[in-house]
Amino acid sequence: MNTVFYISAAVAIISTIMVITRLNTVHALLYLIVSLLSVALIFFVLGAPFVAALEVVIYAGAIMVLFVFVIMMLNLGAETVEQERQWLTPEIWAGPLFLTLILVAELIYIFTRNGLRLCGVCIIEPKKVGIVLFGSYLLGVELASILLLVALIGAYHLGKHFKPAESRKGGS
Amino acid sequence: MASIPMEHGLVLAGILFALGLIGVFMRRNIIFILMSIEIMLNATGVAFVVGGSRWLQPDGQIMFIFILAMAAAEVAVGLALVLQFYHRFKTLDADVASKMKG
Repeated sequence: MNTVFYISAAVAIISTIMVITRLNTVHALLYLIVSLLSVALIFFVLGAPFVAALEVVIYAGAIMVLFVFVIMMLNLGAETVEQERQWLTPEIWAGPLFLTLILVAELIYIFTRNGLRLCGVCIIEPKKVGIVLFGSYLLGVELASILLLVALIGAYHLGKHFKPAESRKGGS
Repeated sequence: MASIPMEHGLVLAGILFALGLIGVFMRRNIIFILMSIEIMLNATGVAFVVGGSRWLQPDGQIMFIFILAMAAAEVAVGLALVLQFYHRFKTLDADVASKMKG
């Protein structure tokens, strides 16, 4: 289990370095997804399966989809087709695919070696997390819900007023 | 967790956080700055989960869930701001917006 941790840590560091050195946004996004997946595997090895699932579903799923949507909305134009043609060459996706295959191999190794049990007692189960989350941290849950509501209203407000902002700037 | 030393997990979190910080400092594309902030938040979550699994308490995971909610809120508002920025300045260079319009 130690080697799995160290290999995923190496994958996480390598892919993060690739994120901050890429010139193209979508390439960086691919490497960022690999980095988040390897961090999820690290959580799984550390005995936190619930948080590992959340990392994959929310971080690598929902938040990265938001980034992809915004990049799609920004890249309108005729040069997008040419860009698309360049992006489908193998050297673009070979690096992320290689790192992801390392992670898949580690996952298969974990499941075939000792099933779903990692190291016995040290797993913190989702049930325990849920009991404490809605017990002593109930106030924090309420605050997080208020924060998400405020973010929803704020994002709606900021995204809505494209034209009024332009005309107000021109008018004043 | 007993087999993996806590220091190694914390060193990993520190390296990821430092890489995110370098990304914020070096890049001028505003989307890359947002991605680097995501990396930094994620590194903080790694530190929390490592600490929580060191003492076998669920508190670390709960803090990670709160960080997750905050990251989702931050990225929603941040990307809406990016759209506004792009429609106003027609570029993604963060230095363009360095002057306040007073």
